[in-house]
Amino acid sequence: MHPAYSVIFFTTASGAGYGLLSLLLLFALLGLVSPDVWLGLTGFGLAFVLIVAGLLSSTAHLGRPERAWRAFSQWRSSWLSREGVMAVLTFAPAGIAALGWVLLGEVSGALAWAGWAAILCAGMTVYCTGMIYASLKTIRQWHHPLVALNYVVLALATGAVLLDTLLTMTGQPSRQATWTAVAALAIALALKLAYWASIDSANKSYTVGRATGLGRFGKVQPLDPPHTEPNFVMREMGYRVGRKHAARLRLIAALLGFILPAVLLAIAEQAGGAPWLNSIAVASAAAGVVVERWLFFAEAEHVVMLYYGAGAA
Amino acid sequence: MKPKVEISAPVADEIKTSTCYMCACRCGIKVYLKDGQVRYIEGNRDHPVNRGVLCGKGSAGIMQQYSPARLRAPLLRVGERGKGEFKEISWDEALGLATQWLGDVRDSDPKKLAFFTGRDQSQSLTGWWAIQFGTPNYAAHGGFCSVNMAAAGLYTFGGSFWEFGEPDWAHTRYFMLFGVAEDHASNPIKMGIGKLKARGAKFVSINPVRTGYSAIADEWVGIKPGTDGLFVASLIREMLKADRVDAEYLVRYTNAPWLVIDDKGSADHGLFARDRKGNPLAFDKKTGKLTNAMLPDIAPAMIGDFKLKDGRKAVPAFQLLARRFLDVRYAPERVEKETGVPADTIRRIAAELAEAAFEQEVVLDVPWTDWAGRKHDKMIGRPISMHAMRGISAHSNGFHTCRLIHVLQILLGSIDCPGGFRYKPPYPKQTPPWLKPSGKPRDVAPSEPLGGPHLGFPLGPDDLLVDENGTPGRIDKAFSWDAPLAAHGLMHMVITNAGNRDPYPIDVLFLYMANMSWNSTMNVPEVLGHLTARDEKTGDYKIPKIIYSDAYYSEMVAYADLILPDTTYLERWDCISLLDRPVSEADGPADSIRQPVIKPDRDVRAFQEVLIDLGARLKLPGFVTDKGKPKYPGGYPDYIVNHERKPGIGPLAGWRGQKGEAYGVGAPYTKQLQRYIENGCFHFHKLKPSMHYYKHANREYLDWALQMGYRGTATPIVFQLYSEPMQHFHLAAEGHGPVVPPKHHRRRIATFFDPLPFWYAPFEGSLLDDGDYPFAAVTQRPMAMYHSWGSQNAWLRQIHGANRLYINAARAREMDIADDDWVWIIGYKGRVKAQVKLQEGVNPDTVWTWNAIGKRSGAWSLDKDAPEATRGFLLNHLISELLPVRPGGYRYSNSDPVTGQAAWYDLRVRIEKAEADPARTEPFYEPIDTPWKRDLPDTLRFGEQFRRDRWRRGS
Amino acid sequence: MTTLPQTTAKKLGLVIDLDTCVGCQACATSCKEWNTGGYSAPLTDQNPYGADQHGAWLNRIHSFEAGEGDASRTVHFPRSCLHCEEPDCVTVCPTGASYKREEDGIVLVNPDTCIGCKLCSWACPYGAREYDYGHGVMKKCTLCVDRIYNDNLLPEDRVPACVRACPTGARHFGDLGDPSSEVSQLVRRRGGFDLLPEMGYKPVNKYLPPRERRDGRAANAASTALPESGGGASRLDKLFGWADRLLSR
Ligand SMILES: Nc1nc2c(c(=O)[nH]1)N[C@H]1C(S)=C(S)[C@@H](COP(=O)(O)OP(=O)(O)OC[C@H]3O[C@@H](n4cnc5c(=O)[nH]c(N)nc54)[C@H](O)[C@@H]3O)O[C@H]1N2
Ligand SMILES: Nc1nc2c(c(=O)[nH]1)N[C@H]1C(S)=C(S)[C@@H](COP(=O)(O)OP(=O)(O)OC[C@H]3O[C@@H](n4cnc5c(=O)[nH]c(N)nc54)[C@H](O)[C@@H]3O)O[C@H]1N2
Ligand code: SF4
Ligand code: SF4
Ligand code: SF4
Ligand code: SF4
Ligand code: SF4
Ligand SMILES: [Mo]
Repeated sequence: MHPAYSVIFFTTASGAGYGLLSLLLLFALLGLVSPDVWLGLTGFGLAFVLIVAGLLSSTAHLGRPERAWRAFSQWRSSWLSREGVMAVLTFAPAGIAALGWVLLGEVSGALAWAGWAAILCAGMTVYCTGMIYASLKTIRQWHHPLVALNYVVLALATGAVLLDTLLTMTGQPSRQATWTAVAALAIALALKLAYWASIDSANKSYTVGRATGLGRFGKVQPLDPPHTEPNFVMREMGYRVGRKHAARLRLIAALLGFILPAVLLAIAEQAGGAPWLNSIAVASAAAGVVVERWLFFAEAEHVVMLYYGAGAA
Repeated sequence: MKPKVEISAPVADEIKTSTCYMCACRCGIKVYLKDGQVRYIEGNRDHPVNRGVLCGKGSAGIMQQYSPARLRAPLLRVGERGKGEFKEISWDEALGLATQWLGDVRDSDPKKLAFFTGRDQSQSLTGWWAIQFGTPNYAAHGGFCSVNMAAAGLYTFGGSFWEFGEPDWAHTRYFMLFGVAEDHASNPIKMGIGKLKARGAKFVSINPVRTGYSAIADEWVGIKPGTDGLFVASLIREMLKADRVDAEYLVRYTNAPWLVIDDKGSADHGLFARDRKGNPLAFDKKTGKLTNAMLPDIAPAMIGDFKLKDGRKAVPAFQLLARRFLDVRYAPERVEKETGVPADTIRRIAAELAEAAFEQEVVLDVPWTDWAGRKHDKMIGRPISMHAMRGISAHSNGFHTCRLIHVLQILLGSIDCPGGFRYKPPYPKQTPPWLKPSGKPRDVAPSEPLGGPHLGFPLGPDDLLVDENGTPGRIDKAFSWDAPLAAHGLMHMVITNAGNRDPYPIDVLFLYMANMSWNSTMNVPEVLGHLTARDEKTGDYKIPKIIYSDAYYSEMVAYADLILPDTTYLERWDCISLLDRPVSEADGPADSIRQPVIKPDRDVRAFQEVLIDLGARLKLPGFVTDKGKPKYPGGYPDYIVNHERKPGIGPLAGWRGQKGEAYGVGAPYTKQLQRYIENGCFHFHKLKPSMHYYKHANREYLDWALQMGYRGTATPIVFQLYSEPMQHFHLAAEGHGPVVPPKHHRRRIATFFDPLPFWYAPFEGSLLDDGDYPFAAVTQRPMAMYHSWGSQNAWLRQIHGANRLYINAARAREMDIADDDWVWIIGYKGRVKAQVKLQEGVNPDTVWTWNAIGKRSGAWSLDKDAPEATRGFLLNHLISELLPVRPGGYRYSNSDPVTGQAAWYDLRVRIEKAEADPARTEPFYEPIDTPWKRDLPDTLRFGEQFRRDRWRRGS
Repeated sequence: MTTLPQTTAKKLGLVIDLDTCVGCQACATSCKEWNTGGYSAPLTDQNPYGADQHGAWLNRIHSFEAGEGDASRTVHFPRSCLHCEEPDCVTVCPTGASYKREEDGIVLVNPDTCIGCKLCSWACPYGAREYDYGHGVMKKCTLCVDRIYNDNLLPEDRVPACVRACPTGARHFGDLGDPSSEVSQLVRRRGGFDLLPEMGYKPVNKYLPPRERRDGRAANAASTALPESGGGASRLDKLFGWADRLLSR
């Protein structure tokens, strides 16, 4: 599938945003951090910026952005619609909790309920995003049990990295935050590796012979394409990334996205807080996750390409 | 909230009928007009040609109509030829200039005008104009298209394929298609094959390439190019050996029993023995005497040696034919290797043919009367039909190969019978038609019209257009010893001969609707040289003046001096006449018109209007009244209605006479065009069932054809298995008769003018060493592209924007060539670089590509980096118009030796891997400029205007 | 409205005969021609006269080769929306622009409400949905919904443009929900099949498989050859022996 940068940015940024939002509230609710104004302003600020920026950029890939509002109507059947609805819903509890935190400096009582609700909504939003892809039968690499989970865990992991960094920067470093981040990164990496292993081993069951029903006559090969220049379907679904290239990028994603950030955060923590290490960790994680997301699209093979010369999918 | 769908929106303000011209098939169309624009074009269900269907090109007519390559005004060249630098001029200026150029020629030496037309269908007008002008140098595209087949048919049974006849789709049980990818009858063939498929009749396609029709054939015979003659001869042999020929049919309808004089060395050896009245003789077994072979109810001998009155020996033509084909040379085993068709397959197909012909007779309970007045209560037919096109015609052995196919059809008794091959009126004609070519050198004089039509059918050397030394009288050397039966001329030789001033220089080259500087010329590089070559002394161009009429900015436009911009097919009147290449059906004659369905938005004029105007300005006889006033002030429509070729016979056969009551023959009828329009722009005259078959010997039909002026007499048409005119030329080559070929021509004439068909290897291949050029290289018409003109069509060029060279997959792997590789296609003339596609379904010794996709950069007002120019290519750069030099030095044209048909598909090549970088085809010619600013849209929103309301509402 | 109807009154669709299709493209261009001015007008084209020309088409004709060497065959393969009974292209649509009609099962995109998110095209295994770059919305085969019920057309013309144009008669239109309809019978007779049934979209359109060839590749046995007339005499004798028979007719 063609990796659209607007979508890559949207899913990674808003993912991190929702992760940060949830963990910030979670830590406060569990009393692991105290809801002080600065942390609130920066934390929620950053989370909302990431979420909103992501959502905005997602509309950039629409042909008719001015009609985007229509996307809220089909939550009964469409994961994309559900994602939209949840994204908006999340703002309510999250907003209340955030205001309470910043203005009243607390997250207890009714605000606690808002907090828990916000965490739930955020999680569901990211899950919906994952399900948009996981629900597509047409793409083997996406129609996979780990996909939605990957999205959620990655959101948490990236959110955790941000949270730990924020705490360090706002002068209240937290062991728990660091180890949460490290753990989340580890789990995310494990899941990602499992996912990669699984899509690599899965046998490509669809062939052009099956797609055309002509397999009965033997090996099927395209003779002439319908048109001599690539059309929408080929441009959108025809993107292919070389095996070697993909392997290299997977390594980069693993290193920058997971291993390096985890190590840096751990060192920083041992060193009793080293903001500059944190910032490097954030940058590295961001880069790594973008690569991971790019691969998520680039490695996805759409069954329709069988009609356009793909051997199998 | 269920969205509301406008399921019954108005489709048009007005629907007008006309005739499609996205190709030469000429289907009936209904043009939907909305807000003065074309909304939709669909097939006319009532039309005899297409019965409502429309092909891929016809359905893209809208994009032709709104093409940015449409010429906008008359152009006068300002830069060098080929640069595309022009200035727009007024029509007065343009016509004034043309009149002056043409007038000078006519007053001094009319033959210095060469007037040649391409894909047009107004040959009865253009030809007649050329006659009045007085130049012998006129022909249409037929010469590079299929003249060898047309001639083969007309000299054999007075008909041919395409406009001349068609398979009996409704009854045929076995259909053989030779070398056809698309054909002129694009839609009828598709409809016909569809019918066969539905009926389960067997369809065999003989073709080195398996695409299109061949893909759905019940049997695909992947023959080696140029060897069909061998294949068919072998089938004939099997038929003869097994005694599976229709003897009664041969006696009734053919010259099989006619006695041929056997007197080696004498001036009439090989001619028919005739009585005093000139009737051919046969030996009647009833009476045991020689009798007039034309008499009915004789029992003529088909075999045996007979003594003529003068004591000389004569044998029935059939015996000579049988001897030739029983020769072991044509045994399946012997031809297996050359044709690439297994001997077993040949035998089986022969058996299947015999089975279908003789075990599956089709009987129609339709009484009819034969030429001799004998009544028959049934029409009995042999349901075998065949059709062929350029796979046969585009080879230098096409004339004889086509004769072989017809001989096979005739031996099986399957010409114009139920289930067989059917004539389309006005065919059949006499074999050959009684029409001699005009334009002998001595008959050409200043300011004098020509004696008669340019194109005809020589019966012998006396009919050639040569001077006493045998030098050709025509610039294309048609009807000379180079190409004696060149019934359509040799368009592909005009520019080369004019450039070489061989046989003489010309002053004005006048072309219409032929892209002669690109896809319709052989040897593009050298032809471009001739078009731009200058005379050392005068410094003028060797071809001093070129006038050209095109409707679009083609490659040829850039090489002309004066451009007369034509209208599109939706903007003009046209006449598809029975005097021309008609649109008849086997069940009856048909003709049709085009009417303007939209007004031109440019300063352009229909070429026919222009030609009539020029005729009047030049004061050509027939174009002016005796007072010297224009004869057709109303222009082309005026001419269509009021012109009479013979008294009562004009361009259109329908609605003639005072009140439009007459058909065929009658006075001009003022409302004729209205009647045509009311009837859907065509007229179809359905014949009575009793006239549907055996038209060559059907009394009722023959009498009617005489009335209609199709024929000079109502005598039956006798199929010429043995062709006497061929023998006349053969004898001349042996030195007999007053007109004999110059020495260097004799061997060639003697060899190829054989009264019986035979097979010989295509020339180019036989002159080159097979080892150096192991592949035959041919082209195919893409169904969705018409020669060069589809590439300006925004939709069609998405389907065919570039072309590949297709190579047999196994052979490619041997050469370690893979899909998408780049290769050099190397002929003895040069090399072309192309990208490869591997194919299973192609003969191992054949490579091919889609025809005419490659474009000159800048032409057709496409972007200069359009894929047509960067990834498209032509084989024409490699196809020579002259044969390789041979001992003796004289270079014949690369044509069929009998008819001068261009041998496009004789091309031999070898394939070598090429560097993939740069990934573009070669040769690449410098881009052509357009005379106007290229204001090409980056997005085309055609159709938006029909839905403005909805389009705005969107939000 | 992107939840699918439980059932549809009719199942209108196409039956495409791969044994008869010659790949002429008439159905592709007539489709483009009708629809660029029809329900989903316009179907825009990018760089129409330049390099990299491409546009929105609702019907495309592929050609494939199946099998290798002598055993191979060429098959032309028209591909358009199959108007599936349970297509995800409809359910994934966030706006309801993509929907399946209850009355006839036609799957449509409402060009007035589509936001051009392209998700439906991702959900279609058959590549039947084409995003219109110039119009910003998704386009697809409408089964000529603006023809088949159109009172402004002659009754016999109320069929899809592609069916109307097809010169070989390889395309058939009708109600595949009605077992007695001509198309249903044709499908039964010729063993019509679904594309990618594994996907579970239940296509309504059916394809008729290419029939067995009759080229007797195997059957090329001497037995099929014509019996030789006359005995083992010399060829000329044979000719005359054979001639006698001819004469004695
Ligand atoms: N769509 C479309 N239709 C057209 C045209 C067009 O350009 N486009 N052009 C029109 C014109 S001018 C003409 S003349 C007709 C021509 O109509 P066709 O005769 O169909 O033209 P070609 O495509 O040249 O087909 C030649 C076929 O013969 C095969 N062939 C080549 N050599 C041999 C051989 O030695 N033996 C056999 N058996 N087959 C051989 C080729 O593979 C090819 O399939 O089409 C007319 N109709
Ligand atoms: N390699 C190879 N070359 C071939 C062939 C082949 O099979 N292989 N086929 C040969 C054959 S059979 C033929 S017939 C020729 C065909 O070759 P051409 O007769 O040259 O056919 P086109 O390329 O269609 O060129 C026709 C010209 O007419 C112009 N034209 C189109 N419509 C109109 C109109 O309404 N009015 C006017 N005035 N002009 C118009 C077009 O713009 C174009 O420039 O090609 C020959 N060339
Ligand atoms: S075959 Fe096609 S292009 Fe040719 S006239 Fe008929 S519809 Fe037009
Ligand atoms: S129109 Fe008919 S024959 Fe032509 S491609 Fe379409 S389905 Fe095939
Ligand atoms: S073919 Fe594709 S677009 Fe059409 S209904 Fe089925 S899934 Fe949807
Ligand atoms: S592109 Fe349009 S029709 Fe397709 S899913 Fe998005 S909104 Fe629905
Ligand atoms: S039914 Fe209509 S929209 Fe669908 S492919 Fe045919 S012509 Fe195109
Ligand atoms: Mo031609």
